[in-house]
Amino acid sequence: MANHAGNYTPGNGFERWMDERLPIIRFSKEHLMDFPTPKNLNYWWTFGGILAFMLVVQIVTGIILVMHYTPHVDLAFASVEHIRRDVNYGRIIQGTHAVGASMFFVALYVHMFRGLYYGSYKAPREIIWMLGVILFILVMATAFMGYVLPWGQMSLWGATVITGLFSAIPVIGEPIQTLLLGGFSVANPTLNRFFSLHYLLPFIIAAVVVLHIWALHVPGNNNPVGVEVKESRDTLPFHPYFTMKDLFAIVVFLIPFAWFVFFAPDILGHADNYIPGDPLVTPAHIVPEWYLLPYYAMLRAIDFDVLFIEARLGGVLVMFGSLAILFVLPWLDRSPVRSGTFRPLFKPFYWVFVFTFIVLAYLGAQPAEGIYVLLAQICTAYYFGYFLIILPLLSRIETPAPLPASISESVLAKSKKAAA
Amino acid sequence: MATASETKATRRDFLYVATGAVGAVGVAAVVWPLIDQLNPDASVLALASAQFDLSPIAEGSSVTVMWRGMPVFIRHRTQAEIEAARAVDVATLRDPESDADRVKEGHEQWLVMVANCTHLGCVPVGESGDYDGWFCPCHGSQFDTAGRIRRGPAPTNLVVPPYEFLTDTLIEIG
Repeated sequence: MANHAGNYTPGNGFERWMDERLPIIRFSKEHLMDFPTPKNLNYWWTFGGILAFMLVVQIVTGIILVMHYTPHVDLAFASVEHIRRDVNYGRIIQGTHAVGASMFFVALYVHMFRGLYYGSYKAPREIIWMLGVILFILVMATAFMGYVLPWGQMSLWGATVITGLFSAIPVIGEPIQTLLLGGFSVANPTLNRFFSLHYLLPFIIAAVVVLHIWALHVPGNNNPVGVEVKESRDTLPFHPYFTMKDLFAIVVFLIPFAWFVFFAPDILGHADNYIPGDPLVTPAHIVPEWYLLPYYAMLRAIDFDVLFIEARLGGVLVMFGSLAILFVLPWLDRSPVRSGTFRPLFKPFYWVFVFTFIVLAYLGAQPAEGIYVLLAQICTAYYFGYFLIILPLLSRIETPAPLPASISESVLAKSKKAAA
Repeated sequence: MATASETKATRRDFLYVATGAVGAVGVAAVVWPLIDQLNPDASVLALASAQFDLSPIAEGSSVTVMWRGMPVFIRHRTQAEIEAARAVDVATLRDPESDADRVKEGHEQWLVMVANCTHLGCVPVGESGDYDGWFCPCHGSQFDTAGRIRRGPAPTNLVVPPYEFLTDTLIEIG
């Protein structure tokens, strides 16, 4: 963005001295305070800030939990109970970390669906979007490995099922699975390496977040009308206007978060995870955490062979494909109009897509039989159809509504309408 | 003169390639231990064979034992179960295997199988499902009284581990 640099002048001798050596004050001023931000950002845009906040919450509570946790199959379950019962404030800290994972995904899904609606993945923001997809996958991997650590029944069997996905790969699948597990089943070596990686990945995530924001600060934010910033009138400095807006959103977000932590820390988990892990008995009904359910439903939807691809491999391919397809989204949706607000045909298909995703989450929690399988197959077909057929087709046939000339014009038109 | 030196490999080119090759071998030699440490260690592999006494297992019942960290079913089959398994037309199965191939000759009543579903590794529930064999609660695979896949997502029959009868009532798995 051309017009954001250059309005920092070092105020005193120390700042001048720093500016010639490590211009970190200049950097903070330009990118954290003065950064020109479209003035029409709505509350859907606060979820990026919420996610940054959640990452810090998870890292801080996680580091504390490690001080009291024991990564061993015989002791892990008891040590988590020890944290919840004996450690000072451990009940709150462990609850915050466990509920925090769920709240992280709430913010993550809102953030992604916002990007999908407002076309935030379109040029010149493809890299921001692709880094976001990488973050999404990293966060899912981290959450999955974290869920294994308490070593309850769902921990053990969830890990068995998910690592079992790799065994579906022809020829090299089983050696890969053995390599991942460090044995022939999920056992102590698996728990130890998951613990190690669960501690490592958040820092990798933090590094990718830096790239994500770096890429964001090249073109600047997208905005609800999807028209690029044209003049300084279209923007406001990030601080205090959007720091305050983000902070307010974080406070509101903390209300349900705190409610879960204080009053229902286990409601988002599964009761079976309060049975210590037992490699001899599988729970009657294995379900992953709610935030992975849509993908789990797609995995199970493929119960038929396609040519030489057997059902199990097909399910795995569909599940990973549902994530991989997000990487090429910027090249599937060729419509030059970013914001869904100005795309009359896009809008209904988008909302059906949101609905389908929620239905998939519901189906992922149901037993894989009868009508549930058929519904999951229909929803999976729509998920892929939305990206592969509907979006490319819409960008050809749709006539978008007229766009406002600038962000300022759209804001003024809105306030005029409100005044009238 | 200039064109000749461009086409001819020089001493410098040789050193460049040789250094790169030695470097690549060195990197590979360092990386391999870092990856291989993930594989099953000596203590895991040490459990690779185990003996089990069959005498306490009554006809029509089964036990689950641990072998290499995996649960293993040992089922003392009834005559009816054996007959049901042998009555099936092998050609109709997803993973065609006759009942005789899945047991030891002279010990047809004993069925020994790794208890992890070949789909994604859950432990199926015994004496249930439409084929009165095993039913996997995770994703609905159904196995018959010989542990063969009959319906559901599992691609293959339950795995029969390598084992042998040391005496009529003692087996060694692995």
